[in-house]
Amino acid sequence: MNDATDICDPIIKFDKVVKRFGDHVVLDELDFEVQRGEKVTIIGPSGSGKSTVLRILMTLEKINDGVVYVGGEPLWHQRKGESLEPAGEQHLRQMRSHLGMVFQQFNLFPHMTVLRNLTEAPVQVLGVSKAEARKRGMELLEMVGLTDQADKYPHQLSGGQQQRVGIARALAMRPKIMLFDEPTSALDPELVGEVLNVIRTLADEHDLTMLLVTHEMHFARQVSDRICFFDKGRIKEEGRPEEIFTAPKEERTKAFLKAVLDPDD
Amino acid sequence: MFFGIEWDTSSQWAFAVSIFPILLHGLVVTLQATVVGFFIALILGLILAALKSAPTRFIRWPAKLVTEFIRDTPLLIQLFFLFYVLPEFGLTLPAFLTGALALGVQYSAYTSEVYRAGLEAVAKGQREAARALNLASARAFTHIILPQAIPRIIPALGNYLVSIMKDVPVLSVVTVLEMLGVAKIIGDRTGGYLIPLSMVGGLYLVMTIIASFGVRYLDTHLPKRGLSLK
Repeated sequence: MNDATDICDPIIKFDKVVKRFGDHVVLDELDFEVQRGEKVTIIGPSGSGKSTVLRILMTLEKINDGVVYVGGEPLWHQRKGESLEPAGEQHLRQMRSHLGMVFQQFNLFPHMTVLRNLTEAPVQVLGVSKAEARKRGMELLEMVGLTDQADKYPHQLSGGQQQRVGIARALAMRPKIMLFDEPTSALDPELVGEVLNVIRTLADEHDLTMLLVTHEMHFARQVSDRICFFDKGRIKEEGRPEEIFTAPKEERTKAFLKAVLDPDD
Repeated sequence: MFFGIEWDTSSQWAFAVSIFPILLHGLVVTLQATVVGFFIALILGLILAALKSAPTRFIRWPAKLVTEFIRDTPLLIQLFFLFYVLPEFGLTLPAFLTGALALGVQYSAYTSEVYRAGLEAVAKGQREAARALNLASARAFTHIILPQAIPRIIPALGNYLVSIMKDVPVLSVVTVLEMLGVAKIIGDRTGGYLIPLSMVGGLYLVMTIIASFGVRYLDTHLPKRGLSLK
């Protein structure tokens, strides 16, 4: 990413992006922008394409049409003169280095100690020395409150602890953009808070761009600069948290929020 | 007399005791054929598994076709082809090698599936995490996928080792003097089949029980979550 590019440029931009799984259209000519340092939460019913947005950004899912830009550079394409061509692995690797992802199922490496989970990629990909990577790994563990778990294996940790390691592992690669894909959905209710606290701490970092998919509406309201309500592969409504949560304009948004906020009615 | 060892037909016990060392000669051949056949199956299966997951279907499909063909035809036919047909094209292999090769080829179809299933059983999220962390695909394979697949692969391979051992008697039809073939010859020459054949059955039982224990030991003692990396 070129830091000289205009600071007002969006760091993430979806330009008429189409994503299909067979006949099912997941993203329907989606236009979507995130500014540098912005904290954006995507909400919406399941199947609305929320997670797909994150997975496309992490290059885990290809797009069928349109262009995705990260830091002004096309993510899935390479510039060739005036035109765009499908990107090769070299380009994807380069682009991926700007992004970090936290998964719903944690996806920690079960055969590696907690610390090794944090040092593997920095050593192998960034070429950091082992000592350096360990030092940084311990700093990150301190940030997520798990320094005493460094030599344990993931299965010896609670779900909440595992997800905190997941966050630390993503941060170890020093991404500019952090993607959180339903980070607390697989957790027992009493463990959700500790993970949200870690994400809250990150949200205070001015430079870090955060894109969050979650069902934790109160949390989303606290940490987000903007809420995007997704429905049927498009943004149905977006705005500041107070606007969306207190005065939604669209009927679909009202119905969704009513269903998730007062599920007993 | 066989392998220079005389048999004693004075009593059934004496007969059994006297032919035991003769059967052991056959047992050694059985074990050799098992080990050589298994080794061929391990290597060939790995090659087949790699071909079956090749990026282009022009490699994938022929590999799958070969696997299917090997699996759907009897071992005996493959053995006859190697033993009787190949010499018509000027390629004559010793009987033992022919037999071990036939076993190896037959079981490579199974071992290739074991490798494939073992690799595919590693959760999809592991590959995605490796990709998200930008690990090179070779590094992801050797350090993320393989260490988690090996504990699933090894016990399954062990089961096929036992199966190969039980298929070795087929080689007797191409003159390999493995244990069953030896027992039959003893029967032919002495007129008494009951004792040698029963002893072969008993020896097989002992070997498979030992092997099964070994497989079970591996199954319980291999780390379920993968070979650990500190």
